[in-house]
Amino acid sequence: MLIGLNLSILAFASEGGGSIIDVNPGVIFWTVVTFVILMFVLKKVAWKPILTALDQRENSIRESLEKAEKAKEEAEKILLENQEKLAKADEESKKLVHKSREYAEGLKEQMLKESKVQAQKIVNDATLEIERQRETAFEELKSQVAEIAVQAAEKILKENLNKETQKKIADIYINEITKN
Amino acid sequence: MINAIQDTVAVVDTVRKSSGGGGWILQEVMDSHKIDFEPFGFLNLPHLSLFGFDISITKHIFFSWIVALILIVVLFFVARSYKKSLIPKGLTNFFEIIIIFVRDEIVKPTIGKGYEFFLPFHLTVFFFVLLAGLFGLVPYSSTVTGNIAVTAALAGISFIAIQLGGIKSNGFFGYFKGLIPSGMPKWLLVIIIPLEILGLFTKPFALCIRLFANMIAGHVVILSLIGLIFIFSAFAYAVAPISVGFSLFIYLLDILIILIQAYIFTMLTALFIGMAVHQEH
Repeated sequence: MLIGLNLSILAFASEGGGSIIDVNPGVIFWTVVTFVILMFVLKKVAWKPILTALDQRENSIRESLEKAEKAKEEAEKILLENQEKLAKADEESKKLVHKSREYAEGLKEQMLKESKVQAQKIVNDATLEIERQRETAFEELKSQVAEIAVQAAEKILKENLNKETQKKIADIYINEITKN
Repeated sequence: MINAIQDTVAVVDTVRKSSGGGGWILQEVMDSHKIDFEPFGFLNLPHLSLFGFDISITKHIFFSWIVALILIVVLFFVARSYKKSLIPKGLTNFFEIIIIFVRDEIVKPTIGKGYEFFLPFHLTVFFFVLLAGLFGLVPYSSTVTGNIAVTAALAGISFIAIQLGGIKSNGFFGYFKGLIPSGMPKWLLVIIIPLEILGLFTKPFALCIRLFANMIAGHVVILSLIGLIFIFSAFAYAVAPISVGFSLFIYLLDILIILIQAYIFTMLTALFIGMAVHQEH
């Protein structure tokens, strides 16, 4: 190609400047060729990869949205289940606590009762024992006192019972008998 | 006072002298066999012919190749970035928005099932029309889609795509039979059949003219506004800010128009394909 002033071409240009709506078949030919080639080249080079990439991305977005939705649903389900379980567990534990408290209460009461009874029994036993011991002691004391009294009487008798006294006593008794 | 009158006369004179109206504007927007880099000279494009058929490379063909090349390179890098990760970043993000827009807002709802087959075509049309229009706003370049031959070629490809869609889903005979509304009286067919055949061609014809007119209109207006500065060269300093301001506004409007036209061309093609695919409507 030639760059420069070319008068003959200039003349041609002004000469050929006919009507603006002149349809040049050569231009149609080249435009069709250019456009068809452009379309196929772009289809291969640009449109196909771009459109598949867009489709891929749209699909991946759709899929991930669906997945997220599914995951959300699942999570909600699990949450609900967990809540249910938790509520059940709570109830159970409450029940358990209640039961154990009741049991403990019962046990306490029973133990208290038992210990009271035991204590009563111990007290009773102790009283009985004390009574018994006191009785034996009393019995012993009595016998001892009697013995001591007899001994003392014996002693006194041994010391003071001479002839005169004996005679006096005998007299008293005889008097009494005679009176009767 | 006299000065002003003289100036006006001068203006009228220059306007009359440059008769042929805005011939230079037409030359600017029309196709040619050279690429102008005024004031640095120009690039000559080769003349070619095939079987006696003139297939010279013209300015618009050259720029359509540049547009195609830019699209291939940029979109190749965009596509490659997906290999690294599916998460878009930077430029990829930008293109992804457009691609998803074309897919989900244009092609999917209008064609429905089996839209994947037409998606590459629509994406290519959309990006080509969009970038061709935007590239045409760059100084020294030229609006490819402002050439009626280019838009005619695009519309022709759309036409083929529409027929292909119809034949593909309804069968060859089924499609052409389906073009005629069922339950028509026999005698009406004489009118209906030519009308329907005409209807097949008016759709892409409208596509062709719409895109061409929209693309060229903005440029013609911008160039006209700039031209005002030279026509009113005596008041150039007064006219220039207004002209530049207005042309800047049209320039920005043109960006909007290019976006809309890229959307409309793609949308209507998709709609026509959808109509051909679902004939029962």
